[in-house]
Amino acid sequence: MNYALWFQLASPEIVLSIAGLLLLLIAAWSSDKSARLVSILTVAAFFGALALSLNFLLADGYAEGADAFYGQYRMDRFAALSKVLIFLSAIACVIVAPKFFARDGMMRAEYPILILFASVGMGLMVSAVDLLTLYIGLELQSLAAYVLASFLRSDDRSAEAGLKYFVLGALASGILLFGMSLLYGFTGTTSFIGIQTAFSDGVSTGALFGVVFVLSGLAFKISAVPFHMWTPDVYEGAPTPVTTFFATAPKVAALALTMRVAIEAFGGQQSVWQQIVIFVAMASILLGGVAAIGQTNIKRLLAYSSINNVGFMLIGLACGTPEGASAMMTYLIIYVAMTLGSFICVLDLNDREGRPVEDIPKLAGLSRTRPGLAAALAVFMFSLAGIPPLFGFWGKFVVFDAAVAAGLIPLAALGIAASVIGAFYYLKVIKVMYFDEPADVIAPSDSTARLALIAVSALFVSPLGYFATLALSPITEDAARALFWAA
Amino acid sequence: MAITLIVFLPLLAAIIAGLGNRIIGNVPAKLVTTAALFAACALSWPIFLGFLSGSSTEYVVPVLSWLRSGDLQFDWALRVDTLTAVMLVVVTSVSALVHLYSWGYMDEDPDQPRFFAYLSLFTFAMLMLVTADNLVQMFFGWEGVGLASYLLIGFWFRKPSANAAAIKAFVVNRVGDLGFMMGIFGTFLVFGTVSIPAILAAAPGMEGATIGFLGGRFDLMTVLCLLLFIGAMGKSAQLGLHTWLPDAMEGPTPVSALIHAATMVTAGVFMVCRLSPMFEASPIALTVVTIVGAATCFFAATIGTTQWDIKRVIAYSTCSQLGYMFFAAGVGAYGAAMFHLFTHAFFKALLFLGAGSVIHAMHHEQDMRYYGGLRKHIPLTFWAMLTGTLAITGVGIYHLGVGFAGFWSKDAILEAAYASGSQAGMTAFWVGTVAALLTSFYSWRLMFLTFWGKPRWIQSEHIQHSVHKTPEQAGADTTGGYHPHESPLAMLLPLGLLGIGAVIAGQVFHDAFLDQAGFWNGSITYNADLMHAMHEVPTLVKYAASIVMVIGLAVAWLFYIRNTSLPGKVSAALGPVYRFVLNKWYFDELYNAVFVKPSQALGRFFWKAGDEGTINRFGPDGAAVLVTSGSRIAVKLQSGFLYSYALVMLLGLVAALTWLMVR
Repeated sequence: MNYALWFQLASPEIVLSIAGLLLLLIAAWSSDKSARLVSILTVAAFFGALALSLNFLLADGYAEGADAFYGQYRMDRFAALSKVLIFLSAIACVIVAPKFFARDGMMRAEYPILILFASVGMGLMVSAVDLLTLYIGLELQSLAAYVLASFLRSDDRSAEAGLKYFVLGALASGILLFGMSLLYGFTGTTSFIGIQTAFSDGVSTGALFGVVFVLSGLAFKISAVPFHMWTPDVYEGAPTPVTTFFATAPKVAALALTMRVAIEAFGGQQSVWQQIVIFVAMASILLGGVAAIGQTNIKRLLAYSSINNVGFMLIGLACGTPEGASAMMTYLIIYVAMTLGSFICVLDLNDREGRPVEDIPKLAGLSRTRPGLAAALAVFMFSLAGIPPLFGFWGKFVVFDAAVAAGLIPLAALGIAASVIGAFYYLKVIKVMYFDEPADVIAPSDSTARLALIAVSALFVSPLGYFATLALSPITEDAARALFWAA
Repeated sequence: MAITLIVFLPLLAAIIAGLGNRIIGNVPAKLVTTAALFAACALSWPIFLGFLSGSSTEYVVPVLSWLRSGDLQFDWALRVDTLTAVMLVVVTSVSALVHLYSWGYMDEDPDQPRFFAYLSLFTFAMLMLVTADNLVQMFFGWEGVGLASYLLIGFWFRKPSANAAAIKAFVVNRVGDLGFMMGIFGTFLVFGTVSIPAILAAAPGMEGATIGFLGGRFDLMTVLCLLLFIGAMGKSAQLGLHTWLPDAMEGPTPVSALIHAATMVTAGVFMVCRLSPMFEASPIALTVVTIVGAATCFFAATIGTTQWDIKRVIAYSTCSQLGYMFFAAGVGAYGAAMFHLFTHAFFKALLFLGAGSVIHAMHHEQDMRYYGGLRKHIPLTFWAMLTGTLAITGVGIYHLGVGFAGFWSKDAILEAAYASGSQAGMTAFWVGTVAALLTSFYSWRLMFLTFWGKPRWIQSEHIQHSVHKTPEQAGADTTGGYHPHESPLAMLLPLGLLGIGAVIAGQVFHDAFLDQAGFWNGSITYNADLMHAMHEVPTLVKYAASIVMVIGLAVAWLFYIRNTSLPGKVSAALGPVYRFVLNKWYFDELYNAVFVKPSQALGRFFWKAGDEGTINRFGPDGAAVLVTSGSRIAVKLQSGFLYSYALVMLLGLVAALTWLMVR
């Protein structure tokens, strides 16, 4: 027992937890007047946690990672990389929120605090090496998320989104918990390593059920088909900053968690889950692509886009190889940048009364009224479509490359073919912005912070992003290796 | 070496003017191309004079290694011998003068750098063709001139008729090119090389050999020569593949003068002369060349008598004159063919540039019915055109030994055809003589309609636009108050220089071209016996061309000066015959029905039934329909009801479990 080391390993979550409790006190004391201060302090706390995570990611000596709290928690480079992505997304979501909520007078101090607690949960998720840590982290994140979804409680759509998310989330949570109990019952352990060991001489039918239930519960979190049904409704109904958050940080956490469970707990029985993952990946890509075509609301469109992208990332998981894991992490990094960028662009789409505009036809001729914003959105759309000079192509490329290397050539071929469908609706947005008669609905931007974030993301996904691969490749490879260390 | 400069200066100029285009502006582009051509011309004449004086011998200048693939080996190389030297002076002189002329003619065109770049590019390709040492390089030049011709015919690409003409020229030439290519392939197959000297050296030994072709066995040299001759027919607009040439007049007039009169269209004649030892090995091929040449000569001349467009008359005249050259080659008088090519270049370029000058003066009106009485208004152009007409109709007096350029070359061809003694030769002589009569008639008809008589200008829409009057408003003043202006110096100077050529080219060079085996020095097959026999033909034969020339002149005078109601009466009396000739023997209509319509139908079948009906329907369109209907279903499934969402989740879970259980 080395509490000093354990606390050090868990320091990002500890920093965030203490900050959360203190800020809650401040908020309770001074009501909503302190919202601005709380936001600033939240961002500061995130930066602290970010710095600690970066230390684990980059400093020597953590290559193998280390366990803490009697094998409940693990800090390795895979977890550290995920946390960096989660905290960066969370920071962006805190920064863009005040302007959005200010219009309804709904900027409350709870918002940054909820984000904070959700992030603590996500930190636990990606560091979980035991089913119990997994569940606690997941629930902490989910409970915060249900509240966030219905944050604009006077708005019907937001309330509906929160309720739907809650009910279906509870169902998924039940499935997950049921699977965990089955696993515990048939293997006698909740630790990932223990399950791996128990599976080494075959999987009993009961444990098999456990595996399927656990993976299904997690599939809900990453909104993979057929557990995706909540996504378009919740993304559309939730306040846009919250949607931005949902589409980025929890996706990272849940995908990383799924990856860890699949490799560390079920890694020895890849044949059990690989075909299911392949099916889910293909279904997500196809449905995400096909259903998006019918959408006229840009948030719904981006919801299907995220389902579609999750499908591509699951190809990395389906490989079950370090290359696949590394490819998935690369895709995640690029995905976070593209998604943050596109949603912040959506946040910047307001009419002259300051009301958010979500109808795609109203973006007509944006290239003439807001050329900069149109260009940025075009960059994100092209990048999401995976059109070569942009960075989004690289994510797809490494994933397909890993799939081919792992012998999943039909999957890669189908994925490439299906990405053509995706290109259609992304290009439709660009067509509306660039080639339609101006509708002249969108007002000039009222937030430099947003524009700065858009510019940074756009630069990252522009062809300049390929310079980043020099630094990113070793990091994602290290992260993937850490995952396979224990397995 | 001078020859390298001659060939590549125009290319360099074309690149500078073409890529510089608007960046460098009109005047620099025109200066650099024109200067390059005059430099090339200045370098060419010493080479020609060197061969003329007998002080030069043939040589080959290697440029670059081109291809090494097994037995197929050839290089870029520039071959210079007498035949090349003749072509060099023709090409560079006419091209330089046309460049200069275009300064005036194209003065108001917005795309001048492009025009001059194309002209120089054409010249480069033509020079590559005439300096080729192997068949592949000749084909490169052959295609290069075709490309430049296409670009220049369609130079005014906003005119639909110009685009159609450009495409027609390209497509018809492809038919000929297919023959040429197959000829090259066959030659390589048999001779194992594409080097022209090697082929020509081996050709006589192949006489009598046979080759399997299209499932039968044929005489080898006949097959090869006929295939190559199909290429020559396409490029030189011989009967059957001639339809593109009249339409090519849609291009600017300087282009017509350079490409469609003096140089490119003579490439076929050049090729036959260059490969004359091959053709000599096949009497059948020579007979075909003679017959096709004679037929074209007569056929084009008949059409020339009925056309109203001044450029089309000259275009058919060109077609007809090319026929002379071919039947000269066909009877073995290659020297006479090249001589006519040489003189024709001068007087035909002169006629075209003169016509351009008339068109320029008449506000772009090309219909001779609306000319008349221009002699006094544009006297310099008139004198130039008169010189050209005297040259093409072959004015000269045999016993005094004086005559215009066409007199020497055309007489030589007719004499050679008579002297050859063969049945084809005799036929060609008679057909050629009749064609000479027609030539004289349509040439003088052009002159009389344009320069004599009363002005009929006000009938022209172009003139009406210029003077802002209708014929009714103009009343008795048939000029409509329009004042034709003589062309600028840049246009008159080339007319003058070409005029000098049209007067003296025959007089000065006939001895070398026709009677000196040493001048040709083995670069073409020189049949000394035939050339000797040519001078021994009966006096009446020698005067035949002159006699028919006078008859043609007299008839033209009668029709268009003496009694201008006669043409109408005659054409009415001839009725169907007249319409047949006026409509160009219905060749376009025939081709339309036989080739164009069926291939369009075939194309439409592949397009509608093949591409759209099969590939699109089950490919892209089918996939698109699948995706959109899938999208509709997916949207419908997204009902918004919690219970259906939960149901889908549970169904998915059950499906996964079932899969694992039964697998």
